[in-house]
Amino acid sequence: MTAIRIAGKAPVGLTAPRSQVIAFLVMVAAFLIAPLFIYPIFLAKMLCFALFACAFNLLIGYAGLLSFGHAAFFGMAAYAVGHSAKVWGWPPELAILFGVAVAAVLGLGFGILAIRRQGIYFAMVTLALAQMVYFFCLQAPFTHGEDGIQAIPRGHLFGFFNLRDTETLYFVVLAIFLIGFLIIYRAIHSPFGQVLRAIRENEPRTISLGYKPDHYKLMAFVLSAALSGLAGGTKAIVFEIATLTDVHWGTSGEVVLMTLLGGLGTVFGPVVGAFVVIGLQNYLAQIGAWVQVVQGLIFVVCVLTFRRGIVGELGRILKLKL
Amino acid sequence: MFELIGIPPQAFFGQLLIGLINGAFYAMLSLGLAVIFGLLNIINFAHGALYMMGAFVAWFLLQYFGLGYWPALILSPIIVGAFGAVIERTLLRRLYHLDHLYGLLLTFGLALMIQGVFRYYFGSSGQPYTIPPLLQGGVHLGFMVLPIYRGWVVAVSLLVCLATWFIIERTRLGATLRAATENRALTQAFGINVPRMITLTYAFGVGLAAFSGVLAAPIFQVSPLMGADLIIIIFAVVVIGGMGSIMGSILTGFALGVVEGLTKVFYPEASNTVIFVVMAIVLLIKPAGLFGRAHA
Repeated sequence: MTAIRIAGKAPVGLTAPRSQVIAFLVMVAAFLIAPLFIYPIFLAKMLCFALFACAFNLLIGYAGLLSFGHAAFFGMAAYAVGHSAKVWGWPPELAILFGVAVAAVLGLGFGILAIRRQGIYFAMVTLALAQMVYFFCLQAPFTHGEDGIQAIPRGHLFGFFNLRDTETLYFVVLAIFLIGFLIIYRAIHSPFGQVLRAIRENEPRTISLGYKPDHYKLMAFVLSAALSGLAGGTKAIVFEIATLTDVHWGTSGEVVLMTLLGGLGTVFGPVVGAFVVIGLQNYLAQIGAWVQVVQGLIFVVCVLTFRRGIVGELGRILKLKL
Repeated sequence: MFELIGIPPQAFFGQLLIGLINGAFYAMLSLGLAVIFGLLNIINFAHGALYMMGAFVAWFLLQYFGLGYWPALILSPIIVGAFGAVIERTLLRRLYHLDHLYGLLLTFGLALMIQGVFRYYFGSSGQPYTIPPLLQGGVHLGFMVLPIYRGWVVAVSLLVCLATWFIIERTRLGATLRAATENRALTQAFGINVPRMITLTYAFGVGLAAFSGVLAAPIFQVSPLMGADLIIIIFAVVVIGGMGSIMGSILTGFALGVVEGLTKVFYPEASNTVIFVVMAIVLLIKPAGLFGRAHA
């Protein structure tokens, strides 16, 4: 450590490795030209789920907390955006902020309860709490039960950008994704992120160094929930619909799958994982129930032989930190 | 008394009975999860799917082999248990040196696969399964009519739970099992075949889930998704009870079933969520669970 400081560099892990900066630029360039080849709404969907997976990865990849209830934040934010935009007539930017706030408050509640248990119990608690949210959404009048909130108006962002135009919509979603991605990136490469990793590696030792792990875990949880809400709320604007599927445990499972397949604890893994899983769903849509079987199979194969995920393996082969 | 608070006794005891039946399933399934977790350190997410499989095996046996309820009650747990043994030998065994979370993820994947396959062939609708002739009809108890089959389910599941408790806590086999749970390496050093014991334990836990599935078949319809939501409730039950004690799992299971049943009488809107609310309260007051050990 001292040697590094004498050399005039920041401590290891606080600055972004050059490989990540290059990968980031490549990713942004790819997203900028992608709408020339792929239907923008489909791309926007992928971006929403990529942001969702990145937010989820902040917990599992850096704090070592497996949440099996992230659909609650994603789905509740979608409902909040849908309701505020459609019933209250809020503009999209306010509606999305409202969705983020709802998800953050919900995340605070979940977090306070869930961080009282560790490991496997943490996963079960978050799953059970999310199921409670699901039943709440099933019964509450504002969600319209099985129908969901339909025909959510996209409106004009800041009263200027017409989101009914698919090209504009795509670039707005891309901007939202990049904001979320950079917030997560910043969090990971900050002292806060270092403490999270320290807690994951050795919690008693982190306590002995004077940190309060519960505070850090809770902060990470709320941040992750809020960004999941950003993803869910944006998705509601893109598809103009918020449904029970968004809060169902199946969605929680999907985000776990995306992150696992892309690479737990890698910066770009969740993005790649989300694209593969959403692409696969689209491709396999004709064969109906087999989508679930294929997803289950990917889970099994990933856990047994491919625990680093796509980006993790790529990084290992190229000897780069991605 | 019941007229005072405006609830007819028939409705009250009817819901109490449904609560006890649900509690019986909670108890048997959380018991299986606890036994498996004790030795394998894996939370079996596929438990709900295997419970569903148990019910389907009973249905297959009837449909294609003409074997009725009674043979199914024995055969289905054996068949599904054998399937579980194969899963343990081929898949779970590779995960013991890894973080517990991988076990949860792998069994979640298995659950998706099993449910997906059954959904492909049977859709989301249920298949009916009739109550065996011996257990049809009801008994008039004075304050309510007790359908014999429902009484049977409560009685037999209580018996199975207590037998499991007896085997684990009071027999030599159980002592070995508990020893292996405490310290696997040392138990193995005493010449006990721990890997085989692990396989049999998983098969037993899974068999118990299949047994519950057969018991459930005549009450609920046999459908591919019958275990999907149930497993989440079971997780909440396990968090409330803690997995440290066998008797704790049994008591928590039955008690929560009754709590849920009573909620249906007094405040039906909350009946879906009451168990999760109880879980939240327990987490605030006694985070380790009612019967849990603090370090677990």
